[in-house]
Amino acid sequence: MSRTTTRALGVLSRLAGMAATLLVTSFLVFSSLYLAPGDPASFLVRGRSAGPDELAQIRHRYGFDEPFFVRYWDWLGGVLHGDFGRSYVFHQDVGSVIWSRLPSTLLLIAASALLIAVVGVAAGIVGALRRGTRTDSMLMLLVTVGAAAPAFVAALLLRSLFGVKLGWFPTIGNGTGVLDRLHHVVLPAIALSVTFMAMVTRVTRSSMLEELGREHVEVAVSRGTPRWTVIRRHVLRNALGPIVTVSALLISGMLVSTSIVETAFGMSGVGSLLVTSVNQMDFQVVQAIVLLVVAAFVVVNFLVDLVHPLIDPRVAAAGSAR
Amino acid sequence: MALLEYENLSIALPGTARPVLDGIDLTVSAGEIVALVGESGSGKSVTARSALGLFPTGADLDGQVRVDGTEVVGADPAALRSIRTGTASMIFQDPRAGINPVRRIGDFLTESLRVSNGWDKGRANARAAELLAAVGLPAPERHLRQYPYELSGGMLQRVMIAGALTAGPRLLLCDEPTTALDVSTQAEIMAILGRLQRERDLGMLLITHDIELAAAACDRIYVMYAGRIVETAPTAQLFETPRHPYTAGLLGSSPPLQAPDGPPVRLTPIPGSPMGLLDSAPGCSFAARCRLARPGVCDRTAPRLERHGEALVACHLAEESLTSVDNTATREGS
Amino acid sequence: MSAPMAGLTRGPAARLRSLGGSRLENLCLGLLVLFVLVAVFAPWLSPQDPTYGELGTGLVGPSADHWLGTDQGGHDTFSALVEGSRTSLVGPLLVVLVSTVAGIAIGLFSAWRGGWADTVIGRLLDVVFAFPALLVAILAVAVFGKGMTAPVIAMSVAYMPYTARLVRGLAMQEQARPYIAAYRVQGHSALYVAVRRLLPNIGPTVLAQSTVNFGYALLDLAALSFLGLGVQAPTPDWGAMINQSQAAVLRGQPLSAVVPAVAVVVVVVAFNIVGENVGDRLAGRKT
Repeated sequence: MSRTTTRALGVLSRLAGMAATLLVTSFLVFSSLYLAPGDPASFLVRGRSAGPDELAQIRHRYGFDEPFFVRYWDWLGGVLHGDFGRSYVFHQDVGSVIWSRLPSTLLLIAASALLIAVVGVAAGIVGALRRGTRTDSMLMLLVTVGAAAPAFVAALLLRSLFGVKLGWFPTIGNGTGVLDRLHHVVLPAIALSVTFMAMVTRVTRSSMLEELGREHVEVAVSRGTPRWTVIRRHVLRNALGPIVTVSALLISGMLVSTSIVETAFGMSGVGSLLVTSVNQMDFQVVQAIVLLVVAAFVVVNFLVDLVHPLIDPRVAAAGSAR
Repeated sequence: MALLEYENLSIALPGTARPVLDGIDLTVSAGEIVALVGESGSGKSVTARSALGLFPTGADLDGQVRVDGTEVVGADPAALRSIRTGTASMIFQDPRAGINPVRRIGDFLTESLRVSNGWDKGRANARAAELLAAVGLPAPERHLRQYPYELSGGMLQRVMIAGALTAGPRLLLCDEPTTALDVSTQAEIMAILGRLQRERDLGMLLITHDIELAAAACDRIYVMYAGRIVETAPTAQLFETPRHPYTAGLLGSSPPLQAPDGPPVRLTPIPGSPMGLLDSAPGCSFAARCRLARPGVCDRTAPRLERHGEALVACHLAEESLTSVDNTATREGS
Repeated sequence: MSAPMAGLTRGPAARLRSLGGSRLENLCLGLLVLFVLVAVFAPWLSPQDPTYGELGTGLVGPSADHWLGTDQGGHDTFSALVEGSRTSLVGPLLVVLVSTVAGIAIGLFSAWRGGWADTVIGRLLDVVFAFPALLVAILAVAVFGKGMTAPVIAMSVAYMPYTARLVRGLAMQEQARPYIAAYRVQGHSALYVAVRRLLPNIGPTVLAQSTVNFGYALLDLAALSFLGLGVQAPTPDWGAMINQSQAAVLRGQPLSAVVPAVAVVVVVVAFNIVGENVGDRLAGRKT
């Protein structure tokens, strides 16, 4: 079999694995509704006054009078077409409720991802190159505290200091217009990044240290390759695999943490929507967001799996040998 | 002027009982092949790496190392780089570990040409292909695009040799270049090294634990034990009349390269094990394993290298031990 | 054999660090003991009833009456901190207990059965792994309503794969060792070997993992309370304290929020450091 065929088969089998994971996920999320005690229809209208007619209407509309698996199949079909049902609170399609809040959450995530990648990796490189020095010890201390500083603590401190005390940044809301939005997103992005930055720093440092000790690095040095070329092309380049893998695993935690950060900073977005929807018992929205977060995690990790052979050609070799 | 010259080089690491290197004196002239022989942990590799200024982190350095007249100990980065990219290069033991596994063979070969010499890609690739052909690889152009995992150990070691030649060095440091390879490949690699040495008139320092291999390839042999040179002599003389008991022990414990047709060779291992960095002995460091060691004599520090005929020997018993050592070391049938 | 490269790494201060490490570790261990003691004896330690809000004494600074001041509703911050340690201890403790026991059982089963059972369990663990604990907790609240019970159960499931994978890996390693084979040959049942011989050998590593998990579970549950979905007033809780002090923060008086925030970070740091060092020491890779 040619190498491209084996590669294609590998991608296909991973694709099938991802589809299976997503299927199980959707089933779990869907059936969680049925875990609630009592009648699912009355569960959906909790906290709202609904007469028997209305309940019967809901039962019919949501197909509760149909068998479970038929109902699941319909729902899944809807989800695949972007139809997540209807929100009770907003009287809108769940899809459009989420869609309208997605841009601000994506901005927050993009800003944090940038911070995490740049600062986290840079700090890890510095730590590895200055191993054992005071700089390294300080960094490791920051990493230890940072990894234990949840977003709500970081948000609290950043708001108090840079928002309230110094007045450099707004403390609440999303802002309007490009610049104002960016101004509003600075503190939330930092608050969201702290924990993940610490983790990326740690994995970068240890991965770099492992590569620094390798003989091919010594060979490169012995050939008079300039220090930064060695670090870039031989140490960091080879350390990239673990850094990318770990970063991809952090995605889901980061997506959930947007709910903390958006709530703390009074921002409108998908994260805060999740919290308000739980509070307002808007179950359809909660279900959709949970599904989206898990799907995002699964897809991102699938993509990382796909690009891994580019980062480390040995992976491709091991894959085709199997 | 010697191409490579060590003068009383000592290297000590904090927290160890004895120096890694203790007063190394060694020279390699242009066009000369010199072997440095010893058991693992004796400091051979550290010695070879020192020529390129690759010292262990945090080590205390003393003495001098000159490569083509340039001092290496305490050299500034520019001077070091000029040695590493020009005069001298090194072939490492394990090509599988020594060549970056995630980059192409071509990248490995052209990196220093492109980064240090500023060559463009086409010129560097052409040179790399030329070198691959020179070390006897069948399809140079294709190998340039391959990754290390696609090549066998022997092929990779040829790539490593080609890499060492890119800069057109005059001194080649070979650190156990065949140890990680299988037996048939070992001979090929040694043949390639020998040919290249002759063709390019290279000075060569061959690091090996295999004294027979050293004898087959080298003009002169240095024997190292626990961070010191204990004996050096021209190859023929060293084999005929080893003066240090350790040299004699090495000869007696390794099988000769050409198996004689006569009666089988009896090998006598050296008793005990090599000294670690955390061990230290008050007197001669080999005394504990030496079958000739004499109380009252060998518990004094061993002398520095002293001339005995054509050999330089660091042993209290260098004169008197001759005959008795001869007996233990002479192989039956020779 | 090859020493680290000169010129690429700098400075040999490893000895200093190992000394400082053990002192830091003892400090953290002490902090954890203090945390547990405070949580156990909270009702006797707290000077005032943290649920009693005195009108007109909101947001006062530290004083003899209120050591760490009061929050907006006039609740004594120090007392709330002391009493809040109980929920911060009990919630994560339950999560860690349940997830560890379940994880050990599943991990051992997976390693012992091997074959398709191992594959299926591995895939299912992958699926669970895709659900971050806090998300599962939020979903549990959405289904079962606010409070701690449902989230704690849900998070036990979410944390289980970490232990299960660790145990499976360790068990696979240990299984390959001769002593296990010797027991099997002697006719001991797989269960006996697992419980009597295997567990003591992998126990310490699992304990270290659970210690670290405790810290993260504490963070998740505090986050849940911060979101207003976990512990409900008037029960004192660190996350909830921060939530209830949001308005005070905007008025420039963040003390009643900063106090529980610092407590959360300190306790979690202590758990992480103790967990990691215990793990390193027991695994024999004390650096």
